[in-house]
Amino acid sequence: MNFDVEVRIALKPGILDPEARAIQHALADLGFATTRLSTARVFSITLEAGDRSHAEEMAKQMCERLLANPVIHRYEVKVRE
Amino acid sequence: MRFAVVRFGGSNCDLDVVHVLRDVCGVDTDLIWYKEGIGPGYDAVVLPGGFSYGDYLRAGAIAARTPIMEEILRHAKKGGLVLGVCNGAQIGAESGLVQGTFTLNAYPKFLCRPAHLRVENNGTPFTSLYREGEVIRIPIAHKEGRYMADPETLATLNRERRVVFRFSDPEGRVTDEVNHNGSAENITGVLGNGGNFLAMMPHPERASEEALGSVDGKRIFLSMIRHIEEKG
Repeated sequence: MNFDVEVRIALKPGILDPEARAIQHALADLGFATTRLSTARVFSITLEAGDRSHAEEMAKQMCERLLANPVIHRYEVKVRE
Repeated sequence: MRFAVVRFGGSNCDLDVVHVLRDVCGVDTDLIWYKEGIGPGYDAVVLPGGFSYGDYLRAGAIAARTPIMEEILRHAKKGGLVLGVCNGAQIGAESGLVQGTFTLNAYPKFLCRPAHLRVENNGTPFTSLYREGEVIRIPIAHKEGRYMADPETLATLNRERRVVFRFSDPEGRVTDEVNHNGSAENITGVLGNGGNFLAMMPHPERASEEALGSVDGKRIFLSMIRHIEEKG
């Protein structure tokens, strides 16, 4: 069965996000004051798996082994059929 | 004695390293396309700088998961020397050869400039020809070079003397002002668990000939050669 999986990778709380800081400054230059801004990366994946929990487990393995760097990242996996 | 320099798609300092090893240091060196694998018989492997896989995902992340890296891990486990420079350092961190990671500079732009480094440990196969505490000048060229590790890892690295280089001023003072990319504790050269993998962001191959303004990097290669000779 095919499952659509969404993987969201973001920096762990407290880790410096220079990209977010630069974007926040650029927004400020455009007149948008923001009190907080963070960035994340989303991977939309379609994969074949026996069931929903298998699909979730596969996506988690992808995060552990490639998509995320455990030193700086946390990840979230959402599965849709 | 034989060195291997690994070329990935997107490596761009590979030929500079080969030139320095062959023509400046006089050591037999093969340039290896990553798909060919390195095979046995090499005393040292160099992962050169560049932009393997276009820095997709994270710098070094994809190259770190290619089959040749398994061979390099085996080479390192047997005590073989591995030097990772810039993108090679990122690949080393991504492959787990060294702890921590090299990520986006604190001020997120590409930095290409000379940097002063303080030699923190000259008891390594890569630094035996330096004096401890010596300040050397080697250029940096990176956007993802900020070394990061959790506090426990940093404590371990310090305790085990696996920090090899820190950004300093010309007098050897390690301060925030000279921490070019915002690295944890100014660290820009770090050893793996076995002490035989050095990951460093500065480019020693760009500081190995008088014509380039500094020869301070050459002693890294010469230290490696000496280590291999003494080991027999």
